Amino acid sequence: MSYISSEKLAEDAKQAWEELTKRTEPLKPKDRMAIPAQEMPSQDPAIRRTNMKEVALGYTPEQAKLEAERCLQCKTAPCIAGCPVGIDIPGFIQAIADDNNQKAIDILKESSLLPAVCGRVCPQETQCQAPCTVGKVLKSVDKAVSIGRLERYVADWERENGLIETPAIKPETGKKVGIIGTGPAGLTVAADLRREGHHVVLFEAFHKPGGVMIYGIPEFRLPKAIVQKEIDVLTKMGCELKPNFVIGRTRKIQSLLDEDGFDALFIGTGAGLPRFMNIEGENLVGVYSANEYLTRANLMRAYEKDHADTPISDSKKVAVFGGGNVAMDAARTAVRLGAKEVHLIYRRTEVEMPARVEEVGHAKEEGVIFHLLENPKRILSDEQGWVRGIECLRYELGEPDDSGRRRPMAIEGSEFEIDLDTVIVAIGNDSNPLIRQTTPGLETNKWGNIVADENGKTSVERIYAGGDIVLGAATVILAMGEGRKAAAAMNEMLANS
Amino acid sequence: MSQILEKRQLSETVFLMRLDAPLIARERKAGQFIILQLCEDYGERIPLTVADADPEAGSITIIFQAVGKTTQQMALMNVGDEIAALVGPLGSPTHIENFGTVVCIGGGIGIAPLHPIAQAMKAAGNKVIIIMGARNKELIILEDEMRAIADELIICTDDGSYGRKCLVTEPLKELCEQSPKPDLAVAIGPPIMMKFCAETTRPYKVPTQVSLNTIMVDGTGMCGGCRVTVGDETKFVCVDGPEFDGHLVDFDNMMNRLNFFKKQEDHACKIGLHGGSKK
Ligand code: FES
Repeated sequence: MSYISSEKLAEDAKQAWEELTKRTEPLKPKDRMAIPAQEMPSQDPAIRRTNMKEVALGYTPEQAKLEAERCLQCKTAPCIAGCPVGIDIPGFIQAIADDNNQKAIDILKESSLLPAVCGRVCPQETQCQAPCTVGKVLKSVDKAVSIGRLERYVADWERENGLIETPAIKPETGKKVGIIGTGPAGLTVAADLRREGHHVVLFEAFHKPGGVMIYGIPEFRLPKAIVQKEIDVLTKMGCELKPNFVIGRTRKIQSLLDEDGFDALFIGTGAGLPRFMNIEGENLVGVYSANEYLTRANLMRAYEKDHADTPISDSKKVAVFGGGNVAMDAARTAVRLGAKEVHLIYRRTEVEMPARVEEVGHAKEEGVIFHLLENPKRILSDEQGWVRGIECLRYELGEPDDSGRRRPMAIEGSEFEIDLDTVIVAIGNDSNPLIRQTTPGLETNKWGNIVADENGKTSVERIYAGGDIVLGAATVILAMGEGRKAAAAMNEMLANS
Repeated sequence: MSQILEKRQLSETVFLMRLDAPLIARERKAGQFIILQLCEDYGERIPLTVADADPEAGSITIIFQAVGKTTQQMALMNVGDEIAALVGPLGSPTHIENFGTVVCIGGGIGIAPLHPIAQAMKAAGNKVIIIMGARNKELIILEDEMRAIADELIICTDDGSYGRKCLVTEPLKELCEQSPKPDLAVAIGPPIMMKFCAETTRPYKVPTQVSLNTIMVDGTGMCGGCRVTVGDETKFVCVDGPEFDGHLVDFDNMMNRLNFFKKQEDHACKIGLHGGSKK
């Protein structure tokens, strides 16, 4: 994928749109599929390597309409089945094509509370866009209708025109609900419960709400102002926000229910316990978890070196272990913080990488060096106990394992070294034990995730849970989907109690 | 936001502050700490031990040494000023029970977090022997408070300006040699002091608890920045600690990790001192 400037993309789209509007007879499926798939305009890689601004710039109106015209409006709508929250995708796309953005956003908001976020961070190529007929016919999921980009386009249109409305609230019920954690799951539940007229209190351990959308996902992929806007809506709706409040420490779950008058609680604390590889040298100076590296850079704003008190390494040669979105975020953050060389080390191949295709593409464009089928064996120390490099092994793919992915196997004797000053471990998270340890009776599974039924109900009366703390590490949209189900069950429970 | 209710200077660089924090005061137990921040956008998050708490008044007491950017700025703040963000109580509380005889060793600013632990040990029925050490007389803090708790109080200074002229490990060794030897030692102070306390008690097999103060970000187990090597395992100080078996802690690795951001911090402190606030 070579870089095409946003000006060129805009210009091409303008022309193509003019051509299209000249036509008098209605478009046939063949015509629709002949419309060029619209690329996402983005900042020039050479420039964006040095700034934190959002990389993807969003469609122009012509691009959006062209892309919307590519949709065949299939009666079967396979895309809807691919969406974890079941958005009426053909419906909102038709509204864009009809030049009715307001209708488009209304349709989106029936199912999704955070379209500006989901349009940016959802892995559409494995969800709604995977079964898209256009992509199937053109034999490439890259050529499917860009549902995510259209979703983002509409959400941005609403926000930039100041049209975001505070949803209507039903009469106060006098019931009080606590939401623990202010990530995607928590925010979703808060909105759905508040709409029914319940008093909602949001607890956040950090000094700022937003969870992974604020501390983890970098500004260049999801601008903080967008998340803040979503949170502003909640406060306008009358949700109460309590930052600097660690449930399990500042107050225990049981006290909230027994003494503080909460009628129900939702736990959406995410999967915040970084996993390490348990290899030699992992506690050397210069080794970070991706959580720490990204939190320093994003939430604590260490990238603004002249303002922030929170330090971060002036790394020159960095290795990131892992192949997910978090690994890409960490690698691309290191690039922006001035690293000369950033190596991404992943023991399988690009096909198995869990990261979004778009992020992998962006990382490559920004000069991240991909090491596939390689895995670190140990981290090497200098005399002072600082990282000086890693020893890696080469791998090959063997038979498929339980997950259906071919199992990577080390090639014996293939050791080699890479010189480094910083290592970032981005191989995932386990569930944080704090709530589990301080809440007797709350059932968890062997991985420490809270056990909840399909409605988010846990083993303890009046306590619900959802998002990564139940699913293990998943995605924003799945967390949101879970949140919606739990909120519906909670609303029902509260109405009947 | 948390208001400063009281401020006292205990020595040239050591300050005591009482902060309005009713929720933390209510839940806090000996051995726990808080994390605070002076500016929500650009401030760093630093951990400080809770030296005391008054649940009725809804206040907690912290004692800090003005050594970094944030603590130096705090030294310039006054009663009525607000701390932008304060979260806690964090960490696991100290395990308190009647062990028999407990030696509490506090070095420098470490005397502050030791105080509530000594207090709780005493309340649990232990015989409490306290050893306090500092570079000089000036830096010995909370002497009256500790004297009120201790069955025996030993003060050591490096320069001999007060008490015995020796390191805290000297009286500690003497106590270990006595019969019966202490049932537990609790050491809090600079890492190097805790390391040598652990080395001192090791041959006598006196269980020795140390309280670690590492670099932290969130304080809830989310970042792993606070991790230390204890025995063969990696532990997170903010959730698994701050107290660990001193005979198992890899102090050399811990001290290295404390220097992670030395270069950047020296830079920040200079700006902080001479350039005023960076905001
Ligand atoms: S301070 Fe982040 S895990 Fe302990």
